[in-house]
Amino acid sequence: MKSAAPNLSSNAWPRKLRRIRALVLKEWHQVVRDPSSIAIGAVLPLILILLFGYGLSLDVKNVPIAVVIEHPASEALELAAGFQLSPYFHPTMMRSMPPAQQMLLEHQVDGILRIPADFARHVAAGDAEVQLVVHGGDANRARIIEGYVQGIVGVWSARLAAQGLATPSSPVSVQSRLWFNEANDSSYFLVPGLLVLVITLIGALLTSMVMAREWERGTLESLFVTPVRSDEILLGKTLPYFALATFGFVLCVLSAKFLFHVPLRGSLWVLLAASTLYVLIALGIGLLISSWVKNQLVASQLTLLATFMPAFMLSGFLFDLRSMPTVVRLITYALPARYYVALLQSVFLAGNVWSVIVPNTLVLAAMAAVLALVSGIVTRKTLE
Amino acid sequence: MNSVLGALLRILALTRKELLAVLKDPRSRMSLLIPPVVQALIFGYAATYDLNHVTYAALDQDHSAASRQLLAGLDGSGVFERVANLQRASDVGSLIDARQALLIVQIDSQFERHLLSGRGADVQLIADGRNSNTAGTAMGYVTSIVQQFNADWGHDHGFSPPPVQIVARAWYNPNLETRWFMIPGMIGTLTLIQTLMLTAMSVAREREQGTFDQLLVTPFRPFEIMAGKALPSMIVGTIQATGVLLVAQLWFRIPFAGSYSTLYVGLLMFLLAAVGIGLLVSAVAATMQQAMLYSMLLIMPFSLLSGLTTPLSSMPRAVQYLTTINPLRYAIDITRRVYLEGAGLDLLGSDLWPLALLAALTLTAAAWMFSNRMQ
Repeated sequence: MKSAAPNLSSNAWPRKLRRIRALVLKEWHQVVRDPSSIAIGAVLPLILILLFGYGLSLDVKNVPIAVVIEHPASEALELAAGFQLSPYFHPTMMRSMPPAQQMLLEHQVDGILRIPADFARHVAAGDAEVQLVVHGGDANRARIIEGYVQGIVGVWSARLAAQGLATPSSPVSVQSRLWFNEANDSSYFLVPGLLVLVITLIGALLTSMVMAREWERGTLESLFVTPVRSDEILLGKTLPYFALATFGFVLCVLSAKFLFHVPLRGSLWVLLAASTLYVLIALGIGLLISSWVKNQLVASQLTLLATFMPAFMLSGFLFDLRSMPTVVRLITYALPARYYVALLQSVFLAGNVWSVIVPNTLVLAAMAAVLALVSGIVTRKTLE
Repeated sequence: MNSVLGALLRILALTRKELLAVLKDPRSRMSLLIPPVVQALIFGYAATYDLNHVTYAALDQDHSAASRQLLAGLDGSGVFERVANLQRASDVGSLIDARQALLIVQIDSQFERHLLSGRGADVQLIADGRNSNTAGTAMGYVTSIVQQFNADWGHDHGFSPPPVQIVARAWYNPNLETRWFMIPGMIGTLTLIQTLMLTAMSVAREREQGTFDQLLVTPFRPFEIMAGKALPSMIVGTIQATGVLLVAQLWFRIPFAGSYSTLYVGLLMFLLAAVGIGLLVSAVAATMQQAMLYSMLLIMPFSLLSGLTTPLSSMPRAVQYLTTINPLRYAIDITRRVYLEGAGLDLLGSDLWPLALLAALTLTAAAWMFSNRMQ
């Protein structure tokens, strides 16, 4: 500060760097002193990924089902035994419909399979029917259960046919294969998706309160009278939280790989590069919101609304984007999470698919650039 | 008698002041009233496991009438869109990798011959398992179209029908629409997020700005301050829940099977528990930043492990036990059962008493922490 001549451009850069360093140090001290930031950056990601990784699953197993055998003929008992042996069902054998219906009403079972009294006679005649009632509340689950029941009944019919007791009856059978996830384990796609959720939330949370707090306390105005410039303020705010969020991200990837055994089939460098971009975007969203509303209460609500729920619902992490109505699909194009989910699911499960990686990374890079620009403008404006 | 009346008046005054503080600022007012309705609209469309647009590619090596008939069944379903006709099996990989097709339907060159000979033929289905749930659903759709094809073919060529037919019916949601399941669940979810945070932040703000100390020197007792903080949040929460309920009924036209009074009893109990948790957070947090972080720490697990999107019964037992402290889990169960099944209060006991217990515990703990801080 001894030579305050602004025209010494050779000195401008080191000085700028020094200012940024000072800001980063100040922010870092604040982070270290407030246990909540450390909790967000390091502890929260780990807890969340563990809790959700173990907790979230769309796999349907051990479905409680009531099997109503109205007449214990050997055919009916054989079919029912198929349910007892299946890992997908946990059957309760019953003799009549009304108690089974009561159980369905009380949610003790998810479905009822009724094998009617005249079942054996109809099997011999070749026109037997079994009745299936499923609790349709959770339609996805109901559909999976219907599929399983069809499978078990199909296996039983095929055995009948093999014994020559019935004619083979399905001209075309479907042989299906699930690429990238042969075992049909839902954690394969849920865990990479969760990573997106966790990073989005943590990145935006870490920064969203920062600027708003300085505005509320009036400390930003005192920063303005120093030689610090707006881009330096932004960088000083971003860098420490970038380090924290990256640390959280690395923890998440490690647990995905070693705890949940999600294969990482693509390159680690692609994963790191795309994730660096995405962490920057998440931090940028938080900064933008907080320097825009200048109020911690509103900033926190907005951050939550702008990041967590959209990343949860509209990113393709759970729900298929192609099946959404056009208007909703157009909204999803504005969400960075959408591109990052596509990237992660491919890099983890499919490998280096450049036709997915390149366009999605480019969009993320463009979004990061736009966010940096807009944050700069918003902060500069308020400097006036 | 007078003291009770005085307490009530003081609580009302505080409630009025809180509501004014929250609703006076237009941005804050907007951020509380608009988002639940907008979110319900957008997520109502987005949050569905049903597929209405599945891209697939056909690898028809048979080029026969039978294979064309089968593919026509897919094309005519209104769900499947054929994006490519492949010639070689080696083209399959790139198409799936690039996410251009979710499914590949492969028909071997002997397809029709096998069919006519009565031996039965295979259709190969390859699906992009990067979202295995979507892929599984799409494969289920193909299977049912193939079953239809089988029935038609069997009928035309004199096959006997399968020995056992399954007559399936779904109760409470006859067309198995996930939307019916998701949107009632959102009543609680969308409400919880903002109610919990509003409560936690409003006390933290007073503390950060020093006005909490001013409140303490007034004749308000700790209990009254708490009630004055809890009531406005509950009012805001009730308005938000009503907004989502209206969207479900008026926009998505999901039939409401239950009684409104039952639903609101459940919702009030839920809001009480949510506000209790919010107050507890604010009693622990020293600054607004901490209050926000801690409430996020709760909101995320609460909303993901609530049974909204993935069933509770698929969770490991240990996680299922953890969800017993999740008020949203009960709220979602209540709203779904009242909304879709028309369940009455007598069937909802297993949801209501945990909520009551949660509310009692959190409110008592918060009250204890507040009064301890004050001495």
